[in-house]
Amino acid sequence: MSDKTMTVDEVVSRLDSGMTLGIGGWGSRRKPMALVRALLRSRISDLTIVSYGGPDVGVLAAAGRIRKLVAAFATLDSIPLEPHYRAARERGAFELMEIDEAMFLWGLRAAANRLPFLPVRAGLGSDVMRVNPGLRTVTSPYEDGETFVAVPALRLDAALVHVNRADRQGNGQYLGPDPYFDDLFCEAADTAYVSCERIVDTAELTKEAPPQTLLIRRHTVTGVVETPGGAHFTSCAPDYTRDEAFQKLYARTPWAEFSARFLDGDEQDYRAAVRTWHEERS
Amino acid sequence: MSEATRVAVPAPTRAEYCVIACAEAWRGAGEILASPMGLIPSLGARLARLTFAPDLLLTDGEALLVGPDGTVEGWLPYRQHLTLAAGGRRHVMMGASQIDRFGNQNISCVGDWSRPTRQLLGVRGATLNTLNHPTSYWIPKHSRRVFVEQVDMVCGVGYDHADGARYHHLARVVSDLGVFDFATPDHSMRPASLHPGVTPDQVREATGFDLAVGAEVPYTREPTETELRLIREVLDPAGTRSREVPDPPTVI
Repeated sequence: MSDKTMTVDEVVSRLDSGMTLGIGGWGSRRKPMALVRALLRSRISDLTIVSYGGPDVGVLAAAGRIRKLVAAFATLDSIPLEPHYRAARERGAFELMEIDEAMFLWGLRAAANRLPFLPVRAGLGSDVMRVNPGLRTVTSPYEDGETFVAVPALRLDAALVHVNRADRQGNGQYLGPDPYFDDLFCEAADTAYVSCERIVDTAELTKEAPPQTLLIRRHTVTGVVETPGGAHFTSCAPDYTRDEAFQKLYARTPWAEFSARFLDGDEQDYRAAVRTWHEERS
Repeated sequence: MSEATRVAVPAPTRAEYCVIACAEAWRGAGEILASPMGLIPSLGARLARLTFAPDLLLTDGEALLVGPDGTVEGWLPYRQHLTLAAGGRRHVMMGASQIDRFGNQNISCVGDWSRPTRQLLGVRGATLNTLNHPTSYWIPKHSRRVFVEQVDMVCGVGYDHADGARYHHLARVVSDLGVFDFATPDHSMRPASLHPGVTPDQVREATGFDLAVGAEVPYTREPTETELRLIREVLDPAGTRSREVPDPPTVI
């Protein structure tokens, strides 16, 4: 069986400017931040990002890498508004396809099921239809005759997700309370890259956890990366909670300053800089 | 207890009337999920669950369904939460950055959507909610900035935009001044009750559209002794509710 392990930089070497990237997690939870940081180190730009938005959207927007965003929100959870996303929107930095959370999910499901669209009872009557003039509606062919939004499939060139454990073949396991939509992101994508806290032997995955925790199946996965702390500063329950102090720093520091101190080097440099910052303030 | 030893119970605070007003949104709701956004709606949902709406489902704010004492009784991750909402067995009480007379709600942005002056959260699940199950709103600070003539982006769908959608139902808007519903012929907002101490003038002054506040608007009902005890001793002993809605200064 093929060994799909690679480094974050190998993942990024397979991505190109202009691609549509889906990013897993939700808000400031289990975001594949090490992969996103690697993306920031590259010159890849002009991206269409599809995300239940958190700091992944914030950093990519601040760094000017997004051409178009597909999202229902962007939040840091304990800090309700994502400040860098907000600033980018207010200066008109990218195009936005703002859709309802449910429309987003139905769009991923359509892509995963190789359907051009799925009907959903959401969006109608709201300004989601006004700000997305390309959205079409569809009428039920049955007696009810109800009208629905035909959410277009959100097909992705690549998906980036982060989970607790994975094996070398790409079977991914989540140990927290919520799978979010990470398996769907992988199924909706032509290629998918799974970062994880720890790569373990396949047999190890179900030694202490039930098989229902095996969220991501290897046939949907292109590459696996071991990145301990790879979701930092977002949460990755039960391995770690959100780094609230660091998130606050991120939210209140001007982007150029934050980026220069924490993101100029590689992932090891990032971890060292975060450690130093924590030591300085204690 | 003899009369001599009876300790006077302090009168209900404005925050406590708000908790009662929120709780009432779930009266008679049956076995559905109560989804409160914000502190006072959460206290209201839990109060309802402990008293007159014992069949309600509550979440821990993450992926679990829990009883009032925290006992886990189910699993509800985001993806199934969205399915539950689409299935209709939910009554959400959402926030609103702006709301208009027909109940259109905005949490997306202020100003022109294509280049907002203030980017807010985003549309989130507001359109799914309002087209699939009962929806109420909680506004902790009633003002002309929130109660506007027209919202900048329709997220939650109001009566004029819903056009009779089959499951659309806006139940109530609770603010720090009163309770408002849409039980008028054209489904425009109507004061259903004012919290004790609030005058009709105060409400008119704080609302950015014409609101027919007559002199005959009743007051929000009093909490029972049991309800007050539950709020004060069980649900919020630290008194955080008065930080969300402080008591108004006493007018002499």
